[in-house]
Amino acid sequence: MLYSDLFFWLFGGLIPLAITAFMVARSKALSTEQDGARLHSRTGYYGWYAVIWLATPAVVSGLVFSITHMLGLFTVPAPMLLATMFTLGCAGLVYSLGHIKVEFRAREKVETFARAMFILAASISILTTLGIVLSVVFESVAFFRVISFWDFITGTKWEPDTAFLIGAGRDTAGMTPPAFGSVPIFAGTFMITGIAMLVAVPIGLFSAIYMSEYASHTARGRLKPMLEILAGIPTVVYGFFAAITISPLIVKAATLFGLEADYTNALAPGLIMGIMIIPFMSSLSDDVINAVPQALRDGSLALGTTKSETIRHIVLPAAFPGIVSAFLLAISRAIGETMIVVMAAGLRPNLTANPLEGVTTVTVKIVEALTGDQEFDSAFTQSAFALGFVLLFITLILNIVSTIVVRKFKQRYE
Amino acid sequence: MTSNLIENTLTVRDLKLWYGNFEALHGINLDIQKGKVTAFIGPSGCGKSTFLRCINRMNDRIAGCRVEGALLLNGQDIYDPSVDVVQLRSYIGMVFQKPNPFPKSIYENVAYAPRIHGMVKDGPEMDELVETALKRAGIWEEVKDKLQQPGTALSGGQQQRLCIARTIAVKPKVILMDEPCSALDPIATAKIEELMDELKEEYTIVIVTHNMQQAARVSDYTAYFYLGDLIEFSDTHTIFTAPANQKTEDYITGRFG
Amino acid sequence: MDQLDMHTNASMRKRLRADKRFKLYGLAAISFALAFLVFFFVDIIGKGAPAFQQAEIQVTVHYSEAAINNYNKAVDKEYKHLVSKAWLRLVPNQIAGKPELLGQDYEEWVLAENSVDQYLKGHEGHRLKEKNQRLVDQMKTDGKVRLVFNSGFFNSGDSKLPENAGILAAAIGSVMVLLLTMLFAVPVGVMTAIYLEEFAPDNRLTQVIEVNINNLAAIPSILYGLLGLAIFINVMGAPRSSALVGGLTLALMTLPVIIIATRAALRSVPEPIREAAYGLGASSLQVVWHHVLPLAMPGILTGSIIGLAQAMGETAPLLIVGMMAYIPDAPGSIFEATTVLPAQIYTWSSESVRAFEERTAAGIMVLLTVLLTMNAIAVKFRNRSENTW
Repeated sequence: MLYSDLFFWLFGGLIPLAITAFMVARSKALSTEQDGARLHSRTGYYGWYAVIWLATPAVVSGLVFSITHMLGLFTVPAPMLLATMFTLGCAGLVYSLGHIKVEFRAREKVETFARAMFILAASISILTTLGIVLSVVFESVAFFRVISFWDFITGTKWEPDTAFLIGAGRDTAGMTPPAFGSVPIFAGTFMITGIAMLVAVPIGLFSAIYMSEYASHTARGRLKPMLEILAGIPTVVYGFFAAITISPLIVKAATLFGLEADYTNALAPGLIMGIMIIPFMSSLSDDVINAVPQALRDGSLALGTTKSETIRHIVLPAAFPGIVSAFLLAISRAIGETMIVVMAAGLRPNLTANPLEGVTTVTVKIVEALTGDQEFDSAFTQSAFALGFVLLFITLILNIVSTIVVRKFKQRYE
Repeated sequence: MTSNLIENTLTVRDLKLWYGNFEALHGINLDIQKGKVTAFIGPSGCGKSTFLRCINRMNDRIAGCRVEGALLLNGQDIYDPSVDVVQLRSYIGMVFQKPNPFPKSIYENVAYAPRIHGMVKDGPEMDELVETALKRAGIWEEVKDKLQQPGTALSGGQQQRLCIARTIAVKPKVILMDEPCSALDPIATAKIEELMDELKEEYTIVIVTHNMQQAARVSDYTAYFYLGDLIEFSDTHTIFTAPANQKTEDYITGRFG
Repeated sequence: MDQLDMHTNASMRKRLRADKRFKLYGLAAISFALAFLVFFFVDIIGKGAPAFQQAEIQVTVHYSEAAINNYNKAVDKEYKHLVSKAWLRLVPNQIAGKPELLGQDYEEWVLAENSVDQYLKGHEGHRLKEKNQRLVDQMKTDGKVRLVFNSGFFNSGDSKLPENAGILAAAIGSVMVLLLTMLFAVPVGVMTAIYLEEFAPDNRLTQVIEVNINNLAAIPSILYGLLGLAIFINVMGAPRSSALVGGLTLALMTLPVIIIATRAALRSVPEPIREAAYGLGASSLQVVWHHVLPLAMPGILTGSIIGLAQAMGETAPLLIVGMMAYIPDAPGSIFEATTVLPAQIYTWSSESVRAFEERTAAGIMVLLTVLLTMNAIAVKFRNRSENTW
C-alpha cells in the first residue's frame, strides 16, 4: 500500500538520513574553520541547513505525488515515488553541502526557512475558511440551479422526498415535485434558539454579576470551575440527557396541566441548550463586568447608592456593549448547535408557535441529508449545503457585529 | 584620518531616524571615544534613548522605524545591508532601564549568550567564563554559592549587576546602558557607578541618564539632546562648568527640564 | 447644629430590600446552574452505573455434535432464550479449537441475555417473557444467577446485542483520531500563533488572518463536517469514515482554539525578557525558542488540552464525514472505517432496546471522566502559569 510505504519511508528513512546529513554538514563546516577563519554561524545551523535541503525536496515531491494520486490524475508506483524522493533529497543535500564555507550565513538561511514555515502554518487557517466557504458555495450553487433561491427562502413546505428519484433519473409525470421551502426549518431553529436564550441570558448574566460583584474571592474560585464543567460536557451527552430525561419529564408535566406534548418537543432541547450556553454567557459577561473600572463603582457608591443600584445604573450600562456581544455570540452558538437537536428535536418541519410540539432545525436537516445513503448529487443532499450556506452566513454576520460592538466597548475604556 | 577612526570606537554622521512620518532624530554627528564613558542627557522625549537603541539596532524591532546616515563601529557602517544584526549585538551589548534577568539560574543567565554565540563549550571553560564575568561585574562574592538559584530572586541592584555580567560575558566592544540605575536605590546605584569606572578600562561605555549628577560623576564626555537634536557635545567638565550653548546651560542649571 | 439622620428611614428600607433582592437573583442563578449539575450527574450515574455489572447464569453446556450445527442446541431448550446469542454462537468455534470438548457437558457461568440482565436489575421494559421471569426467579433462589463486573464493556467493540456491546473499538478510534488531531493542530496552531505574535508585520494580511481566526472560532462545528465531506472525501478522495478524515476535520476545528490560547500565552511573556535576549545578540528564532516558548508553555498546554478535550467530545462534524457506522472491531489503520466514543454514544442512544440506554449512560460516564480529567489538568497548568507572572 502506497500510504503505509510512505509512512515507513518517512520515519524509517528520512530521519536517519536527516541525522546523517546533519552530521556531515556540521563536520564539513568545522573542517573549513580549521583553515584559520571563524565560521559565521554556530555549526548546528550548517547541519540544519543541510537537513532542510534534504527534506524539503523529498517531502514536497512526495506530497505532489500524493495529491495527484488523490485527485486521480495519475498514480506513480510506490517504489518509483520513493526513488524520486530519495534522488531529489540527495540532490538537495549535495547542493547544500557545496555552500558550506566559513563566511556562509547558515543561521540567516535557516531562520528564513523557519519564518517561511511559520507563514505556511498561518496560511492554513485562511485555507480552512476558504475550504468551508468553497465547499458550501459550490454545492449550494448546484442546488440553486434546480431550486429557486426565492422558493428556498420563502417557501413554507419542505417535502424533498421525491428529489432523489429525480436524482436517479426516475422521475415520473404525475409525481409531486419536491419542495424545499426552508421557512419552517428556520422557524424551528429560531424557536429552539429563543428558548435557549431565555434560559441562558438571565442565568448566565446574574451568575456573572453575583460572581464578580458579590462572591468572595474563594467562593468565586470554587464556583467558576463548577460552572465551567457545564461547558466541558459534550453536546452528545446533553442530547442524550434532553431526549431521555428531560423530554419525558416535560410530557408528564404537560399532561398534568392537561396539555399535550410531543416527545420531540422544542422545549427539551431548548432548555438544555440554554444550560449548555450558561457558562459561555457568564464567562463573557464576567470579563466585561470586570473590565468596568473600579473608579466608576467607587464614584457611584460615594454618592450614597446601594450596591445593586450601582450595578444596575453604572456597571451594567457601562458593560452593556460587551454583554450584547456575548449575547450575539451565544445566539450563534445556539443556532449552530447540532447534537442536542439531532437527538432531542424532531425531524418533521413544523411551522408552529407551540413549544410543546415537535419542530426541526437547520442542523438536523443537514445531518439527515448527509448521513443516509443518498446520491451525492441529488437535490436532497445538496439542500444540506444550501442550509449550511445560510448557517455560515448568519453566524458570520453575528460574529462580525459582535466584534464591532466589542471594539467600540474597548475603545471606551482604553 | 585613519588614526582618528581607530581612536573613536563609534562615529556618527548625520544620523536621522523616523517613526513612520515622525522624524525623531534630526541629523546627529558624534564621535564616541574608546575606553571612555559617554553620557547622554536631556529632558524626556529628547531622543537620547532612541539614539542609544540605534547603536545596537534594537530599533529594528519597531515597525515603521527608519534610519538614514552613517553609524560606524571601528570604521564599519553598522547599517550596511550586509551586516548581521545578531553579530553586531555581540559587539555592542546593552543594559536596560529595569533589570531584566531571564527567569533562569544565575549561571544560565551569564552562560546563555556565550553559548548561543559559540564562544566556549559547556564545562570548565564555561564555568571559568561565568566566574570571570560575575567577578568583573562585582557580584561574584554575593552569588558564588547560589549560582543555580534563579536570577529573578536577587535584589534589584544585584539583578542589574547580573545583567551587566551577562553583557560582558560576550566580551563586547561597547556597552550601552539605558538609565541603568533609575530603578535602583542609592546604595545599589553607587555600586553600579563604581563598576562603570572599572569597566571603562576595557570597554567603551555609553550611558543614558536622567540624573545629571550621575552624568557628572561617571562620564568623561557628555552629550546634551533636545527635541531630537544634539545640542552640545564635549568633555563632561566643560559641559557642566562652561556650556557653550544657552539651552544646555538652562537645562544644567535646572531652569528647565 | 442640625441633627443628622444616620439611620435607615422608610425609603431607605425599600432601597435596601431591592438591594437584597438583586443579590438573591444572582444567588438563585448560580444555584440553579449548580442544581442542574447535580441533577445531571445523579441522573447519568443512576442510569449508567448498573451497566458496569452484567448478569451471568449457570447452565449446563452441551458440547455436542448438534451444537456445532445449531449453536442453540448447546443449552437445554428452556434456557435458550436466557443465554446471550453472543456467547452461544461461539460454542462451535470453541469445539473446533478444542476438539476434546466434544461430547462433554459442563456446568458453566455464561453471559445472560439482555432481557434477563435488565429484569435482574429491576428495570422496567426488560422484555423478559412471563414464563422466563419465573424461570429466572427460580434460578435466583438456586443461586444460579449472579451479577459480575462487566469487563466485556471495556474489552469488546460494538455489537447489535446489547449484552455484548462494549466501548473498546470506539475508545481506540477516539485515541487514533485525537492523536491525529493533536499531531496536526498543536504544531500548526502554535506556529501560527508564534508567527502572529512574534514575527508578523502589522499589515493588512496579518489583520485578515487575525479576523479570520476569530471567525473560525465562531463557526459551528457542523460546517467543519461539510468541509471534511466536500474537500477531504469528495475532492481529495480520502476514505470515508476513516480516522484520517475525522482527525483532520477535528484538527481544523481545534486550530483556532489553540491559536487564540497560544497567542494569549505568548503575549503574557514580559517584553523585557525579549529585549534582554535581543540585546545579547540572540536571533529572533533563538529568542522565541530559548525564552518566550518555555515561559509561555503552561498557557500553551492549557489551551491545547482544552482544545483537544473539545475535539474529543465533538460529534456533529464526525457524523457528516461518516463516522457513525457500525464498527464492531477496532480499526487497524487510520485509513479504515472508525468510530469514536461520542459517535458510539450517539448510535447507542438511537437504539430502541432498553439495555442500550444503560450502556449509553455508562459510555457517557467513561467519556465524561476522561474529559473532566483533561479539563482539570488544563486548569492545573493554568493556575501554575498564573503564579509565574
